Amino acid sequence: MVPLSWYLIFAAALFSIGLFGVLVRRNAIAILLGVELMLNAVNINLVAFWRYGEALAMTGQVFAVIVFAVAAAEVSVGLALVISVYRRRNTVVADELDMLKW
Amino acid sequence: MTAQQIIFLIVALYTLGSALMVVTTRNLVHAALWLVSTLFGVAVAYALLNANFIAVVQVVVYIGAIAILFIFAVMLTRKDMRDAGPQMNSNWWAGALVAVLVFGGLTSLLSGWSGFQNTAAALPSGFDAISLLGESLTSPEAFVLPFEVASVLLLAALVGAVYVAFNKK
Repeated sequence: MVPLSWYLIFAAALFSIGLFGVLVRRNAIAILLGVELMLNAVNINLVAFWRYGEALAMTGQVFAVIVFAVAAAEVSVGLALVISVYRRRNTVVADELDMLKW
Repeated sequence: MTAQQIIFLIVALYTLGSALMVVTTRNLVHAALWLVSTLFGVAVAYALLNANFIAVVQVVVYIGAIAILFIFAVMLTRKDMRDAGPQMNSNWWAGALVAVLVFGGLTSLLSGWSGFQNTAAALPSGFDAISLLGESLTSPEAFVLPFEVASVLLLAALVGAVYVAFNKK
């Protein structure tokens, strides 16, 4: 049987890779890809804690389902924002989106 | 080493490799396709954890909807920075350092926890995760309120996405 630590380290590595993507990518869509990786890492943790904790209480799986819904909402609004910005400013590079900076 | 451990290691390495390709590859369409591959690896990890319903939802919602949405968004904004110019910030090494530090911090923090080496208890015979999940999502004693709030959130996101991306002309 796989110990819990393997899943936690796997999720931590996936989270760090997603964080790296969020921090270094210039394209706004690529930043959202990194956010997706981080959300998936959190979901792995939730499901692993459900399996290794009290499996009869479905708390971990319920949390994972809610995270799915929140991730879908986040991606749809985020991509709509990117497309709207692209239409007005003709760019999706995060450095060049400085309308709020003065 | 048991067969399950070997399968887990293969799946984890495949998933992490695909995730690295997502954040480093230059072509964004390829990055979105690598994301699909990563999400499949995560779905297999869910299946290894006996969370069959979550694995199916991962394939349907993440790969079927979210990844396709990403590919569409990449295609709609592709004229910009098509494989030209740097795809990463000039100080990408600082981001890499932060990511490595977060990974090291998380692992050292978790390894100090007493339950770190826990192994899973066997599931009781006749364990039906789907009906238990459905009951806890609709029972007033459990999670019916977060469930309804999530549906309101999805409706708000739907309206917001249409409003933000709507072309007035």
